[in-house]
Amino acid sequence: MVKKEKGKSTEEAYAYTPGLKVKRAVVVRKTRRLPILGEALVKKGDEVDFDTIVARSNIPGEPNIVRIDDMLGVLSEDVPAYMVKKVGDKVEKDEIIAKSSSLFGFMKKNATSPLTGIIESISDSSGQVVIRAPPIPVELKAYVRGTIAEVLPREGVIIETNAAFIQGICGISGERHGKIKVAVGTPDDPLTAGEISSDDKGKILVGGSLVTTDGIEKALQVGAIGVVAGGIEGNCLSRFIGYEMGVAITGEEEVGLTLIITEGFGKMRMSGMTFNLLKEFNGHEAAINGATQIRAGVLRPEIIIPHKLFLSKSEEELSRGMVPGTPVRIIGDPYFGKIGTVSSLPAQLKKVETGSYVRVVDVKLEVGEIVTVPRANVEMIEE
Amino acid sequence: MEYILVSDVGSTTTKARLFRKINNEWRYFLSGEAPTTVEAPYENVCMGVQNAVREIEELTGLQILSESEGMITPHSEGHGVDFYCTTSSAGGGLQLLVAGVIKSMTAESAKRAALGAGAIVMDAIAVDDGRPDYKKIERIRNLRPDMILLAGGTDGGTIQLVMQVAELIAASAPKARLGADYALPLVYAGNKSAQPAIKKLVSDEFALSIVDNIRPILEMENTEPARMAIHELFMEHVMSHAPGYSQLMKWANIDILPTPAGEGIAMQLIAKVEKCNVLGVGLGGATTNVYSIFDGRFVRSVSANLGMSYSICNVLKEAGIKNIMRWIPFEADENQIINFMRNKMIRPTTIPQTLRLLLVEHAVARESLRLGLGHHKTIATRLKGAVTEHRMVGDMLNYSLLSTYIDMMKIKIIVGTGGLLSHAPNRAQSMLIMTDAWQPEGVTKVYQDSVFMMPHLGVLSLAYPDAAWNVFNKDCLVRVGTVIAPKGVAVQGEKVADIVIKTQDSTLFEKEVVFGDITVVPLPERTKATATITPVKHFDMDVGEGKTLETTIEGGVVGVMIDTRGRPISLPVDDKERRSTLMRWFNSMSAYPKDMTFVGSS
Repeated sequence: MVKKEKGKSTEEAYAYTPGLKVKRAVVVRKTRRLPILGEALVKKGDEVDFDTIVARSNIPGEPNIVRIDDMLGVLSEDVPAYMVKKVGDKVEKDEIIAKSSSLFGFMKKNATSPLTGIIESISDSSGQVVIRAPPIPVELKAYVRGTIAEVLPREGVIIETNAAFIQGICGISGERHGKIKVAVGTPDDPLTAGEISSDDKGKILVGGSLVTTDGIEKALQVGAIGVVAGGIEGNCLSRFIGYEMGVAITGEEEVGLTLIITEGFGKMRMSGMTFNLLKEFNGHEAAINGATQIRAGVLRPEIIIPHKLFLSKSEEELSRGMVPGTPVRIIGDPYFGKIGTVSSLPAQLKKVETGSYVRVVDVKLEVGEIVTVPRANVEMIEE
Repeated sequence: MEYILVSDVGSTTTKARLFRKINNEWRYFLSGEAPTTVEAPYENVCMGVQNAVREIEELTGLQILSESEGMITPHSEGHGVDFYCTTSSAGGGLQLLVAGVIKSMTAESAKRAALGAGAIVMDAIAVDDGRPDYKKIERIRNLRPDMILLAGGTDGGTIQLVMQVAELIAASAPKARLGADYALPLVYAGNKSAQPAIKKLVSDEFALSIVDNIRPILEMENTEPARMAIHELFMEHVMSHAPGYSQLMKWANIDILPTPAGEGIAMQLIAKVEKCNVLGVGLGGATTNVYSIFDGRFVRSVSANLGMSYSICNVLKEAGIKNIMRWIPFEADENQIINFMRNKMIRPTTIPQTLRLLLVEHAVARESLRLGLGHHKTIATRLKGAVTEHRMVGDMLNYSLLSTYIDMMKIKIIVGTGGLLSHAPNRAQSMLIMTDAWQPEGVTKVYQDSVFMMPHLGVLSLAYPDAAWNVFNKDCLVRVGTVIAPKGVAVQGEKVADIVIKTQDSTLFEKEVVFGDITVVPLPERTKATATITPVKHFDMDVGEGKTLETTIEGGVVGVMIDTRGRPISLPVDDKERRSTLMRWFNSMSAYPKDMTFVGSS
């Protein structure tokens, strides 16, 4: 991973784990794309709020398969002959779509439509008829407050906003917005039921090192829309979502609030930078999304706090590699959670306690101690 | 030719391996690795390949990459390589939806063909899979496969059922994973008589490819045409839409192969050369691939939900925390172990720095391998429905599953590859992990991939088989040792067998071995010895209970592991006793430091 650029003497290396962003002011661009082609309802330069509908489309309805051959007791190749409706016809629920008669008309059988929809196909190979349900309208919200920077014809829009931007490590449930309320005094304090009251309805509650099971239950009970904390116990998460999480692909959970964990599982002090930034924006309206996907396109949960207090002219940049002086967080035992700066990046492999020879980085911790850890076990802090 | 470069673009890491002709024979020379860059913000796999190759350039001084044109070929005067090829599993590998008429017959044959082509099977849809149509439609619409493989019916039979499945797929209108701007490839490998109807139904919406029936008659499975079509479409449609692959395809001198396909070729090579039954595993971060070559039949299974990083919590979910904890030799709190696994899942590229965490990962690996083999056995079965008497379709719907043909006593070599096994600090650790998980019986050799290059050599063998085999034999395959495991059960300390191990020059071992122990007899790699094993009554070495087996065994970097723990291996119920038993086994193998004090926390 040591990469030396031509003509440069500085040593640069990639961290395997992308750093989590904690930024006070950055231009965030959010692409809002419809699941299928539709129409944008706003134009470039429009100001939008969190709930503004920016685009709309119709998703084709569910196809429903009707076994006409079984219903009429006829051969599949004869099905077209018994149809009283043809491809493209609109049909109502319980309307007759095919009928047969035998024994000189004494035995009559009807096949009715189980839904209102349109006949899409009639098959003489399988004896099936496909009836498509009416299209389902889909409306796309802005999600963040900002300005329409670009309209993607028939696809959606790009919204730009000046905002504080914080990424978590893992989250649950999707997009919501509400006011931030820092519910604890320090990043070490756990968020328990005791810190939550009925005034917190619609709020995003910020805890310190942990959110407890009773904390989540109380947040749900009072109608908070989000919880942000440093850590959560694995079994507490399972109780919250109702099953054991197998892979970190989340965002679709319907659990009543959005949860964002900033550090990891277990009791973990929230990083001072994250906590202080959230504290600075206490009372501000923010958009949150717990959607996480570690594999096939890294997606981390996010907190976006649009503001105009101090402006950034830059957009989010691609991370550079680690160099001496880069602030890092250690993400593996025995120093899990410790913050420091890169002291050096030895080129040679070094033996660690397990007996393995690995690429390492020397990290100067906040207390001044220098520790050696595998490069794979640090992530850059992107302030 | 002097230099060959091969890479594997993995889901996490891109691994480049440089091979060099030294004294007229091809040998492994150097490695370079870098994070894979298939995903945002980079979205170009070539960047990861370049970074990995750049590492090789720095170590060798050989300039391989040109400023703009990719690899410099051929090699001349300190520049370039003579040949470059690659495998890939980035972005989740090749993901297939398979469909058939009968779940245990055509759908299963389709599944085997897809797996054999190196794919991950996202789901298998069948008429009798127990789901109502609307559920199947919902599933197909939600999946975003790279390709669909549709089979069903025997040639000349009724086309009604296969058309039902085809119409279900067509009505669901599934979208391709890598963008909606191209038609989703669909391979039809079913009843020949349905080909015109299939063509009429799907050729407008799908990139249709029609091949010979996968089950032309019930008694025959013909997966090769489907497998080849999958490979072609993989290159033509899927790879060309993945970020950066069109450029990578230009760099490579031959087609890009899915990583598991490369791994599978390498496993088959071992079985071909050694002329015996082989069971292999690629234990990865996201998946566990198990390969068997049994009586000449090659089968691959992929447990897409079992792995050591991304999917580590699925191992927890499937095995249960108790099964993982049983392999941990120190006192630990269940919640701490669960939290460790969850943290590994969300930061999958971290590696254990402490012995304590290494032991936790090794415990998970045992369970992942055990579950992976269990899954493999459900695929490695005799052909279902292959009966001589006439059967009605209705009978087939209820046709009971036939058991697996995998018999551990008949498996003569087990092979391990993948990051955890290849990079274990001590080869004895991986030998023990594989033995605990798979519990080989009788006499079984254990091989290992030295630095993870089996996929590389698999793809290279398609162009340069001799070069690939030479590197494979001399640098890739580590002969870890041989396991001697009499099959049976007794009580701790009871006699199991008399064993004598002799080389031409001396007697290495002559002892009565007792139940519950592991004994290691040093016998160096590429050294042979004669073993005479006389088990007591109720123990078998594949020649009958109590009967003597005299055989030639091979050494390895660990040696000969005499495993008299019986089959199945059982651990004491009492926790303290269990931990001390594990430590005794670990120490017998010299697998971990004997004075382990478990510095650090879990």
